[in-house]
Amino acid sequence: MVDLTSSPYAEGPRGPKPRRSFSRANIFLYGTLIVVSVYYLLPLYVMVVTSLKGMPEIRAGNIFSPPLEITFQPWVKAWAQACTGINCDGLSRGFWNSVKILIPSIVLSIAVASVNGYALARWKFKGSEVFFTILIVGAFIPYQTMLYPLVIILREIGLMGDLSGLVLVHTIFGMPILTLLFRNYFASIPEDLHKAARVDGAGFWSIYFRIMLPMSLPIFVVAIILQVTGIWNDFLFGVIYTKPETYPMTVQLNNIVNSVQGVKEYNVNMAATLLTGLVPLVIYFVSGKLFVRGIAAGAVKG
Amino acid sequence: MHSVEIRDLDLSFGAIEVLKGLNLNIEDGEFLVLLGSSGCGKSTLLNCIAGLLEVTDGQIFIKDRNVTWEEPSDRGIGMVFQSYALYPQMTVEGNLSFGLKNARMSKDEIAKRVGRAAEILQIKPLLKRKPAALSGGQRQRVAIGRALVRDADVFLFDEPLSNLDAKLRADLRVEIKRLHQQLKNTIIYVTHDQVEALTLADRIAVMKGGQIQQLASPTEIYNRPGNRYVADFVGSPAMNFVEGLLIEDRFEARDQVLSIRDYPFAKQPGGLATMGIRPEHVATGAAAEALSFNTDVPVEVIEPMGSDTLAWTRLADEPFRVRLDGQTSIRPGDRLKIGIDLSKASFFDAETEVRL
Amino acid sequence: MADLSSSHSPDGKRAQRPMSLFRNLPAKIASIPMILTALVVFVGGTAWTVVHSFTSSKLLPNTKFVGFDQYERLWTTRRWLVSIENLALYGMLSLIFTLVIGFTLAALLDRKIRGENVFRTIFLYPFALSFIVTGLAWQWILNPDLGIQHVVRGLGWESFTFNPLNDPDIVIYGILIAGLWQGTGLIMVIMLAGLRGIDEDIWKAARVDGIGTIKTYIVVIIPMMRPVFVTALVLIMSGIIKLYDLVVALTNGGPGIASEVPAKYVIQYMFRAQNLGQGFAASTMMLVSVAIILIPWAYLEFGGRKRG
Repeated sequence: MVDLTSSPYAEGPRGPKPRRSFSRANIFLYGTLIVVSVYYLLPLYVMVVTSLKGMPEIRAGNIFSPPLEITFQPWVKAWAQACTGINCDGLSRGFWNSVKILIPSIVLSIAVASVNGYALARWKFKGSEVFFTILIVGAFIPYQTMLYPLVIILREIGLMGDLSGLVLVHTIFGMPILTLLFRNYFASIPEDLHKAARVDGAGFWSIYFRIMLPMSLPIFVVAIILQVTGIWNDFLFGVIYTKPETYPMTVQLNNIVNSVQGVKEYNVNMAATLLTGLVPLVIYFVSGKLFVRGIAAGAVKG
Repeated sequence: MHSVEIRDLDLSFGAIEVLKGLNLNIEDGEFLVLLGSSGCGKSTLLNCIAGLLEVTDGQIFIKDRNVTWEEPSDRGIGMVFQSYALYPQMTVEGNLSFGLKNARMSKDEIAKRVGRAAEILQIKPLLKRKPAALSGGQRQRVAIGRALVRDADVFLFDEPLSNLDAKLRADLRVEIKRLHQQLKNTIIYVTHDQVEALTLADRIAVMKGGQIQQLASPTEIYNRPGNRYVADFVGSPAMNFVEGLLIEDRFEARDQVLSIRDYPFAKQPGGLATMGIRPEHVATGAAAEALSFNTDVPVEVIEPMGSDTLAWTRLADEPFRVRLDGQTSIRPGDRLKIGIDLSKASFFDAETEVRL
Repeated sequence: MADLSSSHSPDGKRAQRPMSLFRNLPAKIASIPMILTALVVFVGGTAWTVVHSFTSSKLLPNTKFVGFDQYERLWTTRRWLVSIENLALYGMLSLIFTLVIGFTLAALLDRKIRGENVFRTIFLYPFALSFIVTGLAWQWILNPDLGIQHVVRGLGWESFTFNPLNDPDIVIYGILIAGLWQGTGLIMVIMLAGLRGIDEDIWKAARVDGIGTIKTYIVVIIPMMRPVFVTALVLIMSGIIKLYDLVVALTNGGPGIASEVPAKYVIQYMFRAQNLGQGFAASTMMLVSVAIILIPWAYLEFGGRKRG
């Protein structure tokens, strides 16, 4: 036995016991995070309070102060009466255009990319990797170099200015990232499962629909989130491939807010801006972790 | 009649040759084990037989039918995978019947076959469960059942026990053997575990670098390894090797000289050679005294393993392992009397490493 | 093709290797959209634009080749030079600040704090918003008559001036503030994932070795996160080149041409000024600059690996 009385153990630990929770480091840590949070939250807060004030209050007061008198009139006006050029039927038109673009774009792009990613992961053929590499490299080419050729293609097939033309464009430019996403996901499903299904006599489509699809719900949700935010937030393709009657919401919003005619109604502008941001924001707050997973998956394309 | 016949099989991925000119005949009802370390091509060969990999050259016959370009499902095989590969969204019953449904079999026949397989494997109570609700052993049974319902001529097992813990592995090993005795199907079984190979196989094919090193019964492989690689790979603890020189009727390794008159050489020996002797074939104590070659060696390290004890000693300046009784009281620093019975030893050519 | 003549099967039949075009047919059919996109749009479209940048295309594309005329004009146009200068400045600052802020926030969140989810949600939500929404929100906050400048002056600091959107000298910083607000959350998430991927034992080892927290980050953790930084870098840079909607919403290139950027220049000449040749030349220049950034990176990442 060790004689404890003469050993260094008898003295106990040296130095003070580390203090928890209110240490200087922790105050610094939380202080920084809170200050930074204010910077990130400020614009949202300002937009919300502005959209709930009347114009006289905005001109008289300070953008940070909460509304003295809450009014929903700016929201109503933004949705139903705001003017772009000669049209004064509000943002609702852009909203419905965006919906009409969004839904077929999501269905088409995800259907194409998921089957394609599955083929790339499990049914490789000669040259499949080459095309895939071109596709991924293509994702880094600035859109500007492909804009005009696409105008020609769309004109040739008679879809220029049409919503379905824009759907096609979104499917094309969503393809690299979505294909990569699905290819990596399907490749991560154990290959033995695919082999077992082949021994069981299942073919390309049967394995896709009966084995892979039921296992892939999360990745489809991730892809949908990715596409909803991406397509809803698009401005460039919307402004180029549609015409004023079919402008998506972002384009119409920009036209409303940045129009030089008339008196600026900041409360209506902010209500319109919030309306446009609402769809992706709701998706973001509802989906939480999956959204993070989606953008992290999108990020690995590097 | 051969159950499975493989002729001049080549497989390469680009410039990498995985299988080279491989020939193999498997008898009807035989339990053949493909044994080798990872990357030796054993799983690749199994996948070729299953039709899951396209061969570069050569042909494969199952039941005398050329199936080289046939779909896996048309080859009359059932396959069991290391990762079980159960369809997670289907119940056990769904897993068992998926292949039969794809073959458009009648409902009655499916129910009959699933029932029979479930009975043989004692998984009847599990039929309505999903794979996630099963233990590892149960999952592997279902995976075997999926091969069973196909009524296949040939069962292919791809390292089926590697994902299980040691005890379960031993239990299922016996069950697979019992199953084979009961059904008498041809089985091709891939493993890197030599205990599985030795206990299960009628014949073992030891593979390395895409080629079969030796194809023989477990006793033959264990007692008369065809080359140094096989000798080293099979057996645990591994075989001892002593480098030396064969001159006339003796083997000289540094200060040790053995008479080789008792060893059945295939042809007149001579030159540099390696002697191999398994740790469990080294005689000690009184038994050693009775042998023509015996000597004292120093004990360096002792590894007690319960049922027996492994003593690390040194012979002709090379590490030399001796398997002793588990109850031995020997300690490091002691000297140990050992003897070598040449009828249990193997000699390999130093250059070609082939058995002499 | 295998030499089948030398082998025979017991039943006299010989199995044939199936026709290669029809093998794996469903996979090939499923890949048609990808093949068309890759070849027609990405390769074909880009090549078409590059070729037509050497023509005198005006309202409609033509094939009257004029050599490097369009490029000469491009590089003598003040608007393009301002665009390039803006992009360089914005790009450099955005790269540095995004990496620093993104990593710092991730490191702070990785200190096993309470409410990590709340903070992460707050830092990331702007990324869900479009550049148009971002631009319009900040346009309002930076409004000189009613925004921050007005509020600070109202507090008694009468001479306070912060009006980036109307000052040609600092307008690009105004865009930067909005850009960072929108984009840093993404980099933070990627950095956080990278930090989470680091073995806990590294931290234990550093503590045992008595290395301080900040020093551990700089000396041990950041070098280990090289691949994450590379990913972040590529991501930030490809975002910078695309910079367009934010400028349109925030300043529309103004005041004057002080906040023009190359992507906007291309759209302007292609679709508004009916001068396609200029647009093609400008977009080709964008392609070249992407290539200059990406090719060395791809060479280092992939070329080096092959050579082992």
